[in-house]
Amino acid sequence: MSKPAALVQWIDERFPLTATVKAHLSEYYAPKNFNFWYYFGSLALLVLVIQILSGIFLTMHYKADAASAFASVEYIMRDVPWGWLVRYIHSTGASMFFIVVYLHMFRGLLYGSYRKPRELLWIFGMLIYLCLMAEAFFGYLLPWGQMSYWGAQVIVNLFGAVPFVGEDLAVWIRGDYVVSDATLNRFFAFHVIAIPLVLLGLVAAHLVALHEVGSNNPDGIDIKKKKDPKTGIPLDGIPFHPYYTVKDIVGVVVFLMVFSIIIFFMPEVGGYFLEYNNFIPADPMKTPPHIAPVWYFTPYYAMLRAVPAMFGSQFPGVIVMGAAVVIFFLLPWLDRGKVRSIRYRGPLFKTALAVFAVSFVILGWLGVQPTDFLGKVGELETATLLARIFTVIYFLFFLAMPWYTSIDKEQPEPARVTG
Amino acid sequence: MKTLKSLLVSALLTLPVLASASTEHVVLDPAPIDNNDAASLQRGARMFVNYCLNCHAASHMRYNRLADIGISEEQIKDNLMFASEKIGDHMKVAMEAGDAAKWFGAQPPDLSVIARSRGADWLYTYLRTFYRDESRQTGWNNLTFPNVGMPHVLWELQGQQVLETPESEGGEHHGAHAAPKLVLAQAGTLSPKEYDAAVADLVNYLVFQGEPARAKRSQIGIVTLLFLGVLLVLAYALKKEYWKDVH
Repeated sequence: MSKPAALVQWIDERFPLTATVKAHLSEYYAPKNFNFWYYFGSLALLVLVIQILSGIFLTMHYKADAASAFASVEYIMRDVPWGWLVRYIHSTGASMFFIVVYLHMFRGLLYGSYRKPRELLWIFGMLIYLCLMAEAFFGYLLPWGQMSYWGAQVIVNLFGAVPFVGEDLAVWIRGDYVVSDATLNRFFAFHVIAIPLVLLGLVAAHLVALHEVGSNNPDGIDIKKKKDPKTGIPLDGIPFHPYYTVKDIVGVVVFLMVFSIIIFFMPEVGGYFLEYNNFIPADPMKTPPHIAPVWYFTPYYAMLRAVPAMFGSQFPGVIVMGAAVVIFFLLPWLDRGKVRSIRYRGPLFKTALAVFAVSFVILGWLGVQPTDFLGKVGELETATLLARIFTVIYFLFFLAMPWYTSIDKEQPEPARVTG
Repeated sequence: MKTLKSLLVSALLTLPVLASASTEHVVLDPAPIDNNDAASLQRGARMFVNYCLNCHAASHMRYNRLADIGISEEQIKDNLMFASEKIGDHMKVAMEAGDAAKWFGAQPPDLSVIARSRGADWLYTYLRTFYRDESRQTGWNNLTFPNVGMPHVLWELQGQQVLETPESEGGEHHGAHAAPKLVLAQAGTLSPKEYDAAVADLVNYLVFQGEPARAKRSQIGIVTLLFLGVLLVLAYALKKEYWKDVH
């Protein structure tokens, strides 16, 4: 036996190295018809690694202290060798993470990837999305600019809208009566250790669940139903490694090109990835005229603002915003269609999904703007009216789903993948 | 239904305008700056330390970083350092924060990253729209930043502008408000053209100061993209090779 083989055997007797590599890579059979939409899972994993690595280096130079946080970021940008690059990688990575995850989730909607038996896979994914939102929110306070500060103020105040316990809850979260040094320190702790730990655990669970049930595909059919009688390998399956590893490398390079264009030529992306007002140090005495969260939160922010206060409380808006995220968890049970993939769905689902996607984008756009930017219709601000209309459409996509998916005119699924 | 439709249409039509919605309603002049023009950056640096650095600090900017725009250490020490001793010092000011607030009504903001929060066009317009206003404590006001606490520091260069609100010639039935116009009442040491160029130099410098790594970043970007371009060709060839046997 050769020396490397002997070493592998030595390890295998003590740790399932070969078995693990086989189960998850070289003998994990993925459908051969993955298309463009299937790049975003591996890309999300890539961005996670990018964020953790760049985050570690930022942590070496960043100071979680209200008096020196802003200056330490500028120190990273100017005096730390390659600090500007690490910082731009991290700030761009945050937005790219959401772009990749939103596309990954949309893939799930297109091809019914949340359907039985992938309900838990979907739920783990949604929990990852929740963690990601928390991670982004905590991280955004750290540069201690005006938008960091007032964004955090607005979001923490949402908890203040909870009846009875709200005010105490908000103080408990902030550790102070306003966002302050105490808040910055605990947000730092959440951002660099608490949430990432949970995130990594969930990503592992997401992958284990995926490899247990197997990947869905653009036809939405189960490739395990047609196996080679001799080998027991799905006829439409190919080993993930080497086929999808080499294919994903192509996706990774294209992604890195987009990533590099942003980092090196337009790191602010017109104020959407790095907001202009965040280059003004946090000032608790000066509220900016227009507070907008970063783009990836704006669909929900638009919904929050669209719901009118009831009994002098913003709580209904908070509920709607929370429900808009939580309702994704219920998708596997709301969908009553017989086929998974959009390819064989009927016109009702196709229309509903298109309208939903458009609503999500429009809500995101509305959430970036001040509410008075379109003028008024009668007493009501036009933008608020639009946000209300699209919020209703957003929820109808989910709430009416049991109805329109069960009466939809679907086409029969093919027996084998169509490529 | 009709109102909804017209709403949507009007929403779409106003789209491009909204991206740049800001609190001030002054049309900003595009700043004619070139970050690769070392001479312009050096002139801007000289203006910055002579005119701005008396009240405004740039507390994240080190003097020796001016080497990036081609100024040698001796030149910096001899010509540009008035308040500090060491070449690695940050650009601080001697004025106490409390005093500044008392004198101007507000603490002059740090200018390290001002070009990143305000933008070059805003700065270029702002520095050219000061006008005499005796109702203000400092005797100066500004079209771009109404009732700003800062007096017109560059007035000797620009001269003195006054605000003329044109009596709308067509009388009252002339619907639209004629925009107030700035008129040069007393010439400065520079012609209007020279003054605009001087402000452009200063703004060019402020953009550099906001992000000294900027020039380096685009250079590295080009090399990175070339590398990734080659890698893409290889990665695609590799994928093609492997996928030959997948049917």
